[in-house]
Amino acid sequence: MSHDAGHHEEAHHEPVGYGQYFMTWFALVFLTAITVTAAGLHLGAISVLVALLIATVKASIVLWLFMHMKYEDATFHRLIAVMMVALAIFIGLTFTDTLFR
Amino acid sequence: MSTEAHSIALAHHKDYRGSKFAIWLFLITEVILFGGMFLLYSVYRSEHAADFHRGAEELNTLLGSINTIILLTSSLTMALAIAGTHHGNRKLALWMLAVTVLCACGFLVIKYFEWGAKIHHGIYPGSARLAAFPKGEILFFGLYFTMAGVHGIHVLVGAVLLTVMFFRVLGQPHAKLSFVAGHGLQHAEGARLAIIDEQGTPLWKGDKIDTTIQRIDVKTKYWPVKQRFKVEDFNQLENAGLYWHIVDIIWIFLFPLFYLIT
Repeated sequence: MSHDAGHHEEAHHEPVGYGQYFMTWFALVFLTAITVTAAGLHLGAISVLVALLIATVKASIVLWLFMHMKYEDATFHRLIAVMMVALAIFIGLTFTDTLFR
Repeated sequence: MSTEAHSIALAHHKDYRGSKFAIWLFLITEVILFGGMFLLYSVYRSEHAADFHRGAEELNTLLGSINTIILLTSSLTMALAIAGTHHGNRKLALWMLAVTVLCACGFLVIKYFEWGAKIHHGIYPGSARLAAFPKGEILFFGLYFTMAGVHGIHVLVGAVLLTVMFFRVLGQPHAKLSFVAGHGLQHAEGARLAIIDEQGTPLWKGDKIDTTIQRIDVKTKYWPVKQRFKVEDFNQLENAGLYWHIVDIIWIFLFPLFYLIT
């Protein structure tokens, strides 16, 4: 890492208040309630899509607020982007095989 | 000696950013590990949709939901514990860490009863009853026991890690300022250390500092107050927290895929 200039400053953002974490938790529990309810509605083909969509939103909230990705700089954001792209390639390429056999 | 303060840097230097970057690299390998298993799940699900549907109906949605809430709550208390150290609130940090460990244990206890019931009904990898199931259901339960099992091991590791962190924070408050001979101490030669109160009355006076003195330590044996707080002192706790949150994220995906999609 070559960010020596800001080396002592970067970590010292203002401490996050406790309230924000409670709101985050509330949102996550709310989304859990929605996904459980949605599963009970038997939405058929789109049920998998709905469940995965809600799970992705929940994971993003945890990543952004609980894991402080909101306060990290571009290096960390790029790292996460690389991870997402790698996962998408693994999954996407495998399905180009299995779906067309 | 002039009255200006000689600022002497603390001896320790921690690469806060570097260690956080390293833990993220590790977390990415964790995501890839579970990503591979999710991929296996998706491919088999696309081939055996009906069997996966029946398999998911056998799982206890209520216990799965309770465990989801437990893990989400433990993520909250983990974040609050770290926020506690940022606000200089040691008591809160310790309590929240303890609750996080309790949640981890609660999760594992529920998992124990859940798996116990499944095993009691003869559903476990390699069992005779499971072997008689349709192929897709065998795959579903194989994936369920593997993925929930590997996740459970992560919860167990997290519980141990956070217990260690609890005792690290408990043993914390110690800050030491050292004035070492050859690094600023020569300025103090011939001087005397004193503790002086608001009125200017010396409460305590030390011996004269001569060349035989090699080091002057200022030890603080109390919890660092807000302005003394250095975020670097808690980077281990923060990194353990990141690990704990990724365990939560993995469960966020496991829960709907195994318990809900019916």
